[in-house]
Amino acid sequence: MKLPIKLLLLFFAALLLSCGGKEEKKDDKIKLSSTKKEVQKEPEKSGSASDEVPASERITLDNKGVGEVKDLPLDPEINQEMAARGAEIFKTNCTACHKTDKRFIGPSPKGIMERRSPEWIMNMILDPQLMVEQDRCAKDLLVEFNGAAMANQSMTFEQARDILEYFRTL
Amino acid sequence: MKKIKYLFGSLVALAVMLAGCNQGTNSGNGALSSSAAEKVYVAPGEQDEFYAFLSGGYSGNLTVYGLPSGRMFKEIPVFSQFPTSGYGYSEETKPMLNTSHGFIPWDDLHHPDISQTNGELDGRWIFVNGNNTPRIARVSLKTFETEEIIEIPNSAGNHSSAFITENTEYVIAGTRFSVPVPQRDMSIKEYKGNFKGALSFISVDPENGRMDLKFQVMMPGFNYDLSHPGRGESHGWHFFSTYNTEEANSLMEVNSSQNDKDFIAAINWKKIEEYVNNGGGTKMATNYAHNVYDEHTHTGTSTMKNEVLTVDPTKVPDAVFFLPTPKSPHGCDVDPSGEYIIGAGKLSADLTIHSFTKMLDAIANKKFDGEAYGIPILQYEDVMAGVVKSGGLGPLHTEFDGKGNAYTTFFISSEVVKWELGTWEVIDRKPTYYSVGHLMIPGGNSRKPFGKYVVAMNKITKDRYLPTGPEMEHSAQIYDISGDKMQLIYDFPTHGEPHYAAGCPAELLASNSQKIYRLDENKHPYAVTNPSEARVERDGNVVHIYMSTIRSHFTPDNIEGIKVGDKVYFHITNHEQDFDVPHGFSMIGQNTSEILIMPGQTKTSLWEPKKVGVWPFYCTDFCSALHQEMQGYVRVSPASSNIELSWSLGED
Repeated sequence: MKLPIKLLLLFFAALLLSCGGKEEKKDDKIKLSSTKKEVQKEPEKSGSASDEVPASERITLDNKGVGEVKDLPLDPEINQEMAARGAEIFKTNCTACHKTDKRFIGPSPKGIMERRSPEWIMNMILDPQLMVEQDRCAKDLLVEFNGAAMANQSMTFEQARDILEYFRTL
Repeated sequence: MKKIKYLFGSLVALAVMLAGCNQGTNSGNGALSSSAAEKVYVAPGEQDEFYAFLSGGYSGNLTVYGLPSGRMFKEIPVFSQFPTSGYGYSEETKPMLNTSHGFIPWDDLHHPDISQTNGELDGRWIFVNGNNTPRIARVSLKTFETEEIIEIPNSAGNHSSAFITENTEYVIAGTRFSVPVPQRDMSIKEYKGNFKGALSFISVDPENGRMDLKFQVMMPGFNYDLSHPGRGESHGWHFFSTYNTEEANSLMEVNSSQNDKDFIAAINWKKIEEYVNNGGGTKMATNYAHNVYDEHTHTGTSTMKNEVLTVDPTKVPDAVFFLPTPKSPHGCDVDPSGEYIIGAGKLSADLTIHSFTKMLDAIANKKFDGEAYGIPILQYEDVMAGVVKSGGLGPLHTEFDGKGNAYTTFFISSEVVKWELGTWEVIDRKPTYYSVGHLMIPGGNSRKPFGKYVVAMNKITKDRYLPTGPEMEHSAQIYDISGDKMQLIYDFPTHGEPHYAAGCPAELLASNSQKIYRLDENKHPYAVTNPSEARVERDGNVVHIYMSTIRSHFTPDNIEGIKVGDKVYFHITNHEQDFDVPHGFSMIGQNTSEILIMPGQTKTSLWEPKKVGVWPFYCTDFCSALHQEMQGYVRVSPASSNIELSWSLGED
């Protein structure tokens, strides 16, 4: 007869516990040890060198990407008129996923000129689907960003060029 | 000898049998059915040769098919609410279904007709009629969306509609049921001599297609069943079949079939147009809705009109005549040259063909057989060009192949009969399955038909497909008509009840078909053109949520401060600018349908929350690999709550 009483007590204890939080606190009830290990992840020798650095941090300035833009020399001077137009186009067509101050659905364009070639950026804006299919870096970015495929916003060459000029100002 | 005779007899019998078998293999199943399969086979990834627009009848909508494959591409909502896209449910499209009787969620869509220039299909718009609460709609063949609906006053059972003249000057709509004009409280038994049949001429703006009810010809109280425009030499005339010239008001089945001949009414609309332009006609007070959808604001607006110009046909000299036509004619079709007007006497076996030239001659020589309510009746023999003695029963509709042949459906004998214009000889006949109504040859109602296929639209399906309970979709058959003999090549189910259809070559429309709405052309008053404009505003108990979407999130996706009893409008702008990436929206417990928002478009969905809680919404169209993540929450607090409005995306 002792056992049932113990069980009953336990039951009440559980009930009290579950009722306890009137304040609906934000508390992670799921804890995985693997999430902690991320920091101490050792580079695996089996993968290619590019696997070690996340695609968003990789520097691929020699890669022009795949698409219609093959060679795009930039004027040393930033064209402010183009950049201003580009900022507007970016605001309307891109800010749903890209923020200049942080990583969002996709990477931030801040500092992109130090990582990617102008041609790569243009090709990515103009035909993201082709890039994801055929460009290694674009493909890795898709994986890194959770499979959120970049939308083709049907930009003209000029519009994409204005956006690129805007990126130079960031 | 007896034995020899017997043997000889057997040999003859065997020979006959062999010959029979031989014939069987020549014209029969094996070789031909494989060639039929080749004719309709459109390989994966390839596209059809023709568009076909089949009316949906009591579905109220228009369906788009490919020929020769018989594959259905789309259902275009016109007169009926359509939860698939939210048409008639979204705030923007509700006005499209407004009428003088208030909001009507449905109609009976009968006859599509593609716009023409110089008598040839030009592929700009397709016009259709709503039969029950008389309306005409214009559907854009660029967006494949309903852009305009105009109600027709003084009309009832809007059936001899919507047929367009050869330069799309007018879309013409005739009443099937005559009614008191203006409507009033009177005895039904006083029908005869008192009811009127209104034939409406709706002008079409050549630039934007906008419709305007220019005038109505107030005809005697007959039933105006079907109609077609003149073309070529007869351009400027329009022909209507009539029945119930008895003017019976009850047991019509018997009482409307007493006269041996009814009429085809020939209307010289150019003369009436001139009369009206010179100040003729009488303005009459009335009430009807005119609903226009603006492609840039993505919004329909309904305007009530209160006047119509009516014309007494007896006041316009030489404008209206009656051509006696046997046996309650149904179909009234005009051949590509415009010379022949074919009346299909549905209670007879024969077709009556009138000659336009003979008609003009009879008018010039005043060969009248009498008059009906002051309208001259021409002598039957003087206008009749020929009779097709078909041997079939119950002729209904005729289309043309542009090579001198006509194809007529016979409802009672379930067949399509091919005959030759001019000689009136029957060339071929093929059964349909079953009880065929209309038929359609692409361009078959124009100066330039594309006579490769004819589609027969049947009223009865029975054993054609696997049974699906008592109700089955109507069957259609495709025949190859490129040779001398028609060949049945395919059989496919339709949607609703197709009455008429219209078809055209694919290249006329495919390259103009719009892919997206441009975000920078979006003039919707509640649009958000960039996500930073997304916000929530309260005005009393009305809350406007300005929301944007792109693969795969809503901005904002967390909203608080909504209260029980609020009227919450979700105004959602799809920021995609890529072909075929719509997003959907639906809210739990919402008393309406979802909405489907095309790239660059804004649509509005109303939600009136009744329960406190945290309620999710989500995207209904599988949009990307992260579609399942495309969702959000709205917190609903008690009506008395003072929680401030707040909204966010991706913030802690």
